[in-house]
Amino acid sequence: MKILTKKNIYTLVLVLLIYFLVLLLSNVGIIDSYIQLNMVIVGINIILAVSLNLITGFTGQFSLGHAAFMAIGAYASGIMTAKLGQPFIVGVAVAALSASLAGLLIGIPTLRLRGDYLAIATLGFGEIIKIIGLNNDYVGGAIGLNDIPRYTNWTWLYFSVIATIFIISNFVKSYHGRACISIREDEIAAEAMGVNTTYYKILAFVIGAFFAGIAGALYANYFYFIKPDTFGFMKSIDILVIVVFGGMGSITGSIVGAVILSVISSFLQGFPELRMVIYAVILFLIMVYRPQGVMGDKEFKLFNKEGGLSGNVSSK
Amino acid sequence: MEHFIQQIVNGISLGSIYALMALGYTMVYGIIKLINFAHGEIYMVGAYIGYALTTFFNFGFFPALILSMILTSLLGVVIEKVAYKPMRNSTRIAALITAIAVSMFLQYGMMYFVTPQTRSYPNILPDIQVSLFGTNAVVDIRNIYILTVTIVLMLLLQYVIHKTKTGKAMRAVALDGDASQLMGIDMNKTISYTFAIGSALAGAAGVLVGIYYNTINPLMGAVPGLKAFIAAVIGGIGVIPGAVFGGFFLGVTETVVSALGGSLYKDAVAFAILILVLLIKPNGIFGSNQREKV
Repeated sequence: MKILTKKNIYTLVLVLLIYFLVLLLSNVGIIDSYIQLNMVIVGINIILAVSLNLITGFTGQFSLGHAAFMAIGAYASGIMTAKLGQPFIVGVAVAALSASLAGLLIGIPTLRLRGDYLAIATLGFGEIIKIIGLNNDYVGGAIGLNDIPRYTNWTWLYFSVIATIFIISNFVKSYHGRACISIREDEIAAEAMGVNTTYYKILAFVIGAFFAGIAGALYANYFYFIKPDTFGFMKSIDILVIVVFGGMGSITGSIVGAVILSVISSFLQGFPELRMVIYAVILFLIMVYRPQGVMGDKEFKLFNKEGGLSGNVSSK
Repeated sequence: MEHFIQQIVNGISLGSIYALMALGYTMVYGIIKLINFAHGEIYMVGAYIGYALTTFFNFGFFPALILSMILTSLLGVVIEKVAYKPMRNSTRIAALITAIAVSMFLQYGMMYFVTPQTRSYPNILPDIQVSLFGTNAVVDIRNIYILTVTIVLMLLLQYVIHKTKTGKAMRAVALDGDASQLMGIDMNKTISYTFAIGSALAGAAGVLVGIYYNTINPLMGAVPGLKAFIAAVIGGIGVIPGAVFGGFFLGVTETVVSALGGSLYKDAVAFAILILVLLIKPNGIFGSNQREKV
């Protein structure tokens, strides 16, 4: 397989171009702190949505506990950087590894369940992790963990997002990814064809949790402080909504969904009393009129076959 | 020992409320396979209607309870018609998100109208306490009311489901929707009846909880809603006696855990029980095991 195809080179150039452009604009001051804040939120949401899309969209496992992995990552990184004074890279690594370990521990028993039962079990695990956080004094209990140093910057954010998209989209296109998709399409048929369904379900869960952990670390080290309530049931729902809105099984869909819903959400900050009501109505309208999501399971292509933005996320 | 008996009494009251709500979950899930996340909000609305009736209109306990049940059953039917009916043929995940959207809409819509402040229920029941077996464990009149109302409503439900035509239709649709339509059952009407009955039970639970705990707020439905759903799953979703058992079991377990000093972990215990039940007996304690067919 050739790595240095025209398409890949274009993609790399484009990725670096966007990186330096934004870096330049923030140094000049055109991108102010408000836009930066929103960029961080969008970036974190993209990582969360793409990683949940691997679990729910591609492997077809209905998880309502994705925020729990983010919580584990956030707390792991918070403890590492704030309490133990480690550099950010250690925080991110520990966050990702501990979240994926949690994914493994939660995945092995629960992934025997199917459909709604799996959803409820993952919801239960999410709540249990939140309650443990609420009652653990070492991490501040309900008050939360304070004084986390701010290490998350544009470089960390951008390359984490790119890495997530790159790794997951390549995973999905690989042999293992196709095994995951076959589970979504028909679990019994996949099993009959010799796909080790349990193994691939857990694998998808662990990889998804790994990136959710990274998202948690970025979150913790940007907002200075974290508390368990941030990572409750509603956060899991928010992530799920991004995935469904963008289109299950479409990575570009998740990106588009994360951007649009983050923009809607920050726009609605202007109506604090009715914000959630309007959000609920929007959700409802999306589900009624576009239940397959903005992108369906298609991928967005900027240029056609010869290369372009979709180089790392092109369709199946 | 006294302490223990007292906790059992409290647990049964809490369990009655979970059981009433779990019935609605289990019926709705049985018939359209949807986790009705808005069910906890119907319970909240029921509590507010009861509050309004007793505070502003000076209704007694029973008129307030019955009127609140009627209004919440209407609300349930409207929710079904407006929000769930268009989603009947879409994916499970879309239907689930719709249910969550309805739940958020009711929570925050209510918050907009009644403000987020906590309100306290008026004392409409006489103040009588009976001590049990000559010990210090007391049974409040409210415990008795809650248990009595719950049992009466459950008997009524049993009657409706097993002896009336509507109940027969509900059971038929739950068993096989398409086949029951071929037999001439009006599925839409049956689903509406299911929502009406389930919501009425949730509304009753709302009024009872208002009287029992005295405080209500617009977000009160979220956690009990999840707990009631857990109760329904523990008993075996779609199985009515299972929901009742699950509700009482969860209520008693929760109060006992609190009494043993684990009040901070009582929610975690509920979820842990849920996961344990799902792993050991995925169809619930009373559920029948169905093999998945190709």
